[in-house]
Amino acid sequence: MSRREAGVPVPLMVPAALAVAFLVLPLIGLVVRTPWADLPDHLTQPAVGVALRLSLVSATAATALSLLLGVPLAWVLARSRIRGRAVLRALVTVPLVLPPVVGGVALFLVLGRQGLVGRWLDETFGLTIPFTTTAVVIAETFVAMPFLVISVEGALRAADARFEDVAATLGAGRWSTFRRVTLPLVAPGIAAGAVLCWARALGEFGATITFAGNFPGTTQTMPLAVYLALQRDPEAAIVLSLVLLAVSLATLLLLRDRWLGRSVAT
Amino acid sequence: MPRRAPLVLSVAAALVLTACGGPADEAGGAAGTTSGTGGHPTGTLTVFAAASLTDVFTDLGDRLEEDNPGLDVQFSFAGSAALATQITQGAPADVFASANQAQMTVVTDAGLADGDPVVFTSNVLQIAVPAGNPAGVTGLADFAREDLALAVCAPEVPCGAAAEDVFAAAGVTPRPDTLEEDVRAALTKVELGEVDAALVYTTDVTAAGHAVEGLDFPEAEDGVNDYPIAPLADAPNPAAAAAFVELVRSEEGQEALADAGFRAP
Repeated sequence: MSRREAGVPVPLMVPAALAVAFLVLPLIGLVVRTPWADLPDHLTQPAVGVALRLSLVSATAATALSLLLGVPLAWVLARSRIRGRAVLRALVTVPLVLPPVVGGVALFLVLGRQGLVGRWLDETFGLTIPFTTTAVVIAETFVAMPFLVISVEGALRAADARFEDVAATLGAGRWSTFRRVTLPLVAPGIAAGAVLCWARALGEFGATITFAGNFPGTTQTMPLAVYLALQRDPEAAIVLSLVLLAVSLATLLLLRDRWLGRSVAT
Repeated sequence: MPRRAPLVLSVAAALVLTACGGPADEAGGAAGTTSGTGGHPTGTLTVFAAASLTDVFTDLGDRLEEDNPGLDVQFSFAGSAALATQITQGAPADVFASANQAQMTVVTDAGLADGDPVVFTSNVLQIAVPAGNPAGVTGLADFAREDLALAVCAPEVPCGAAAEDVFAAAGVTPRPDTLEEDVRAALTKVELGEVDAALVYTTDVTAAGHAVEGLDFPEAEDGVNDYPIAPLADAPNPAAAAAFVELVRSEEGQEALADAGFRAP
């Protein structure tokens, strides 16, 4: 698809410029307030590396889990004819409107030691989930997966279903149609959804600190470290935020070139 | 209670309050200046107070409103650190009551307190366990047990600083599963039965009711948290601010604090 290079209409230009200012100025505020002289001191604290590593690992695991479960769910929502789809869609997007702290309490009620499933896990296998890195991944997945599901569902709806019909008439089974036609067709949508999901998981705070708690090395992700630093040393909190921002921006830009770049016109 | 973005949000909320409450506050301040000794303060009084003071201060605010027709008392309850930040960023408060000296110092160092802050009460730690104490916790030494799920406040927040003091005094090296961001979050985990014990303030145990039991321990005396209060230099309603501080320090105020589990300064 070739696209004609078009100038931006003035009625779009002004609000778009305002939007950029609104979104970017707070970041500039952070950069301006950064104590550059103390930067090396803050960055070389071992706790920073530990929290950053935990954040990246758990957000990536949460995204993988969301892909594994969320893409099939998006297919069900977009393509299947099961009854109550509208209700199902509303239900799976609940984590979007639920205050994350409440989400964390809800996870306790299901997966906690006294929870519906958690009690059984504890009694049968001696397995407790809260206050572990697994709990961090679960909390992040709970909050972030709806972003992926909605993106992929939108992509599936926009994709031309006739390709799938043709594949079927050529003798492809449903599973191989999904694998070899549908998936490549919506790959950009899946990639965009995965990026959204990863970004949301990386910034997750409320559900994580409630369900997984806060312990360095096990459950203290960067947003938790930032919040606690804010209680004692706002400058350290700004530095930590910047590190998180820089790493996530770099990752997103890199992915955009490598991964999205090929399939989406840029 | 959300946070992170929350600090930003509460600052934003404070700004909105400034915008809406400005004229009323000015009216209150103007009216307030007319009340000398024996006069009744009127207008709006805005008190920023540590979250642990929620129940007692709301009650005292009601009493002050009853005694002073025309006075409207507004509260903002939050973590002391968040409140101190809001005050230094220009939030229009009349009185600040902090759960520790450190956060009051943030305000006094910025030159925003009117006179020297006064310690009006104090709080000590208690071991909170779920009703029935299922894990059989008996004292501070149990916080070293690896087989228990344990919550302690993070050292960055007041209850965590107090916890460090009592553990040091007891010679116990705690093995907590989580370092909580505030005392109420620690208490919630006890209420849900997700931890076997947490170190929280006596007043939080009192407020939690039947779901939580409190155990006293001797080393608590080494982690007493003092609560300072001060009227603010830029108070829109200084007369009402003075009246509120006076009420908190009066016999009546001290009784209300004692009922909630606080102790005399």
